Amino acid sequence: MRKLALVAAAALALAGCGSIGAAKTLTVFAAASLTESFTALAEEFEADNAGVEVVVNFAGSSALAQQIGEGAAVDVFASADEGNMGKVADQVLPAQVFATNRLVVVTPPGNPARVAGLADLARDGLAVVLCAPQVPCGSASVRVEEAAGVDILPVSEEQDVKAVLTKVRLGEADAGLVYVTDAQAAGDEVGVIDFPESEGAVNPYPIAMLENAPQPGLAAKFLALVTGADGQAELGRAGFGTP
Amino acid sequence: MTRPVRTGLPVLLWVPAVAALALVVLPVVGLLGRADLAALPGKVAGPGALAALRLSVETAAVSTALCLVLGGPLAVVLARSRVRGVRLLRAVVLLPLVLPPVVGGLALLYLLGRNGLLGSQLPGVRIPYTTAAVIIAQTFVAMPFLVVGLEGALRTAGERYEAVAATLGARPWTVFRRVTVPLVLPAVGSGLVLSFARALGEFGATITFAGSLEGVTRTLPLQVYLLAETDVDGAVALSLLLVVLAVLVIAVARPRAVEGLR
Repeated sequence: MRKLALVAAAALALAGCGSIGAAKTLTVFAAASLTESFTALAEEFEADNAGVEVVVNFAGSSALAQQIGEGAAVDVFASADEGNMGKVADQVLPAQVFATNRLVVVTPPGNPARVAGLADLARDGLAVVLCAPQVPCGSASVRVEEAAGVDILPVSEEQDVKAVLTKVRLGEADAGLVYVTDAQAAGDEVGVIDFPESEGAVNPYPIAMLENAPQPGLAAKFLALVTGADGQAELGRAGFGTP
Repeated sequence: MTRPVRTGLPVLLWVPAVAALALVVLPVVGLLGRADLAALPGKVAGPGALAALRLSVETAAVSTALCLVLGGPLAVVLARSRVRGVRLLRAVVLLPLVLPPVVGGLALLYLLGRNGLLGSQLPGVRIPYTTAAVIIAQTFVAMPFLVVGLEGALRTAGERYEAVAATLGARPWTVFRRVTVPLVLPAVGSGLVLSFARALGEFGATITFAGSLEGVTRTLPLQVYLLAETDVDGAVALSLLLVVLAVLVIAVARPRAVEGLR
């Protein structure tokens, strides 16, 4: 028992030291598709603001919105769609759109099924994987199907865009619809086919600071970085469009 | 007739026992607390929900049967065979319990997928995205529950009765049928219930290997996960349905299988 108490005391002491090292912590909740760009922006923010540590929690926007709804202590929330930002509307200051994303067709390397464009995805016998209509990438898929007058019968409706990418990357699907940023992050592991109808289903990404943000000053500064020239350049490199 | 003497229960055991029960029950109470009970029937009767419920019950039933047909004999071999390497096999059988289900699903894809070890040898046959894939995934994760329980029971029962039957002239198949099987029937029953419950709740391997499509591969747990994106109340309602289903199966089947034979 005494040993246990010693260990607990030591752990507390260590935790204390940790918070002395970084004077302030900015907590950012960001959609999973922002992983690459926001990791880079968080590093830039830490370099510009000595003694500040940026902790970014990347997950599906709906999971993040739910955690905020349950009272997670967060300074900034960046969502992959306006619906999930709307779920926490009473807890955030007015949101602004900082980036846009759109869909592309991805195929396994070499495009074995010779998919040429969106219309091909309706072909018989082609194994196409989409996001489920209930998630943002899936509702975007429905919108491009409607815009193009194409009716795709997928073999599977996945929970998120990364799951679609995985099935295509493994060659278990002939084609899938994913965000251009996810396709770009996958590099050579997938083939990418752009199609004009994707302009009809552009996904806006809103960002907002929380009303009761623990670090309101830092949160406002981080928002300025994301919407400013540096942030926009970083997001552009990841494939995002400008609002 | 003497009445059996009951040894008292050490009071000390009650404290952790109650804590254990609380750990299992309280989260479900939390689920109930969040549920909008008036809207429950409507949510549960939604179109996607009924299709998912039906698919879940059917696939879990087939998977449980497969667990028995394949896993039962495996348990007997593991418990009775004197072949070298059986101890290693015993550890291998536990793998699906240790592997994160998503990894299990990936492993199944690497084996049976279009580019998989076996899958690539079967042109024209597609296993992923089919109901068969759901059943394979469920059987993969559920089978160890039956095998481990049954093997333990076989070892506990020992081989004395089987040896006696053999010395009386019974052939191996007769010994198996008339002696071994009746001895371990309670363990088979509880193994089946556990396997069914595990198959019913299977999620990670299914979504990775079989995908998610209404009526084909989207079982109740997958429907709950998807619903949680847009309609948390609906997800809670369906979770409760899953809980009720599991409790029913365990309450009805387990006492009969395990205790009814005394």
